Amino acid sequence: MLTIKFFAVLRERLSSDRMQLPLEQPKSVSEVVEQLKQQSQLWHKELSRYDLLCAVNQEFADHSTVVKEGDELALFPPVTGG
Amino acid sequence: MLKRIKVQTEDFDLEAEYRQLNDGHASGAVVTFSGLVRDEEGQLLGLELEHYPGMTEKALSNIVDVAKARWPLHAVTVIHRVGYLKVNEQIVFVGVASAHRLAAFEAANFIMDYLKTRAPFWKKEHSVHGEPSWVAAKASDQQAAERWQE
Repeated sequence: MLTIKFFAVLRERLSSDRMQLPLEQPKSVSEVVEQLKQQSQLWHKELSRYDLLCAVNQEFADHSTVVKEGDELALFPPVTGG
Repeated sequence: MLKRIKVQTEDFDLEAEYRQLNDGHASGAVVTFSGLVRDEEGQLLGLELEHYPGMTEKALSNIVDVAKARWPLHAVTVIHRVGYLKVNEQIVFVGVASAHRLAAFEAANFIMDYLKTRAPFWKKEHSVHGEPSWVAAKASDQQAAERWQE
């Protein structure tokens, strides 16, 4: 399983803070995002944000980063702390 | 180097934090910065700060490590509050102790610029006008962080 976490505006709009996705083989983050977009029009719209950032196992990552079984992927908008 | 990273809901005490930074490292300079919730001309009631528990602490620690590799630092403290914060409350603290003023100023500035663009925090504004709204990232913050790469 791949654990996927959502934060901030994305978490609110998807009404989901985390989910588990079966992963038969390693995939890139962008492939996972494409798969999630198939869930509904709402998911497609929200995950199509051009500025969607990601982290893999709690480190900033690129959409080309490969995730595998047991990994934690997080998807979120640009950060606004400080 | 002494490194202290805290993500917490409770407020922090500037004097206590200063004392921790100035505690026998023979530092010639201590620079501290504290960020507060701006009132935006009376329009803002407060901010809600969300973060990514687990990743936040690591991201802040990584930022301090990058600063340490760039400037000779004796001690660094980074505190970021989360949860609901009212106008004028303290949000963030960065304190840096070094032998010299310039290193301490630059490192504190660098840590704040990186924290704003490379640590997983998100602000939601509660204003006097209805529904709360998520704060959009600013291009100027991104540019401020990028200038350190030159």
